[in-house]
Amino acid sequence: MNLLEMKHIKKAFDDTEVLYDISLSVKEGEIVAIIGPSGSGKSTLLRCATMLETIDGGEIFYLGKRAGWVGDGKAAFPKKEERKEIQSYFGLVFQSFNLFPHYSVMKNITDAPIHVQKREKEEVYETARRLLAKMGLSDKADAYPCQLSGGQCQRVAIARALALNPKILFFDEPTSALDPELTGEVLKVIKDLAAEHMTMVIVTHEMNFARNVADKIIFMDKGVIAVEGTPDDVFASDSPRMREFLGKLSREG
Amino acid sequence: MGFDVILRELASGFGQTMMIFALTLVFSLPLGMIVYFGRASKFKIVSVAVKFYISIMRGTPLMLQLLIWYFGPFYLWKMNIGGGYKLVAIILGFSFNYAAYFAEIYRSGIESIPVGQYEAARLLGYSNSQTFLKIILPQVVKIVLPSVTNEIITLVKDTSLVYSISFIEMFAKAKQIAAAQTTVVPFFVAGAFYYVACLVVAWVMERIEKRLDYYR
Repeated sequence: MNLLEMKHIKKAFDDTEVLYDISLSVKEGEIVAIIGPSGSGKSTLLRCATMLETIDGGEIFYLGKRAGWVGDGKAAFPKKEERKEIQSYFGLVFQSFNLFPHYSVMKNITDAPIHVQKREKEEVYETARRLLAKMGLSDKADAYPCQLSGGQCQRVAIARALALNPKILFFDEPTSALDPELTGEVLKVIKDLAAEHMTMVIVTHEMNFARNVADKIIFMDKGVIAVEGTPDDVFASDSPRMREFLGKLSREG
Repeated sequence: MGFDVILRELASGFGQTMMIFALTLVFSLPLGMIVYFGRASKFKIVSVAVKFYISIMRGTPLMLQLLIWYFGPFYLWKMNIGGGYKLVAIILGFSFNYAAYFAEIYRSGIESIPVGQYEAARLLGYSNSQTFLKIILPQVVKIVLPSVTNEIITLVKDTSLVYSISFIEMFAKAKQIAAAQTTVVPFFVAGAFYYVACLVVAWVMERIEKRLDYYR
């Protein structure tokens, strides 16, 4: 059974169709990178998968459980209990981090596990300390987000999502808001997660990173999947749109 | 009339002033939040009614509203009002008026919270009430504190409006003494009381602002 299954997803904002007919599946332990030009619908796809947006057509399944579909012309969701369970399967790391500014780093990471998942405080603090160590931020536990650099904030955001033990982690352009120096430290963290076989779907503009880390790459263009396959297949693809996209990138170098 | 007598008279009136001030804050600060939720309601009938209420409260003089609260029940519905009603009318009038202003202040704060905060909270599994109480509200408090401070300082001075329905607090007493003794000294003393009260309010609010300054 696939961890995530999205079938024939359609999404429109008012009259603008953003996703035409997207189908993708993610196996456990798989790392999928989604690349493509701006406006191709990459972020929208992620937001539909994480239920931040409703879909206008198609179905979404997590571990075989139907998470979203369309019934009677309206977006439909499962009942509260099952919905909460499904939502605990995934986490999302935002481009703009979205840390809680009035919470310390430690509290940002531990608050949801304690108050949402109702776990024991000691266990949560232990987990948080371990995650901070993994991120290389052990000394920043009591700092506030306003005192951290962008790269540090993003690593805290990743730790915050991981603290809830999701089965699959989505990344929406995690390094797009960071300058090249800070981008590296975040990519390293994601690479480490990949080595541990954390299931991940990453929307990114970092082509080399995508090529090195991903098991599967999806190239989206104008609301459809134009090319899909292993990194080698995709980067060697004959698709004219793909070549044009990659060509623009290398020109900017 | 000696200066110390004026001082003593006005000081006792000041007690009444402070009582109106405190009771109004106790009621209008939370009521403002309820009004905000009414304004933000998905039900058109509720949001339109609340917006209308806010526009009336902010669009007419507070003194006029006090007169209506006090004289309205008798002249409109022939209800016999007892002596104790005067204070009730004052607190009702002030609370509903200030709640409208606070509601708009709260709205400015709440609407300035980036939508990313709501989305992050949602992804982390927080319920709607958890999101509002733990994530949004604390940030809103810090943002609206200067505006709320402004309103509270205005309230200190607005208490003088109750003279219009013959409620005796400090300002009314100052007027009485000034008229009876044909002297302007009571006004200056009253002014000093108001000024000191406003200084205290500003100092307290600044202390709170500093405490919330542990993050930007």
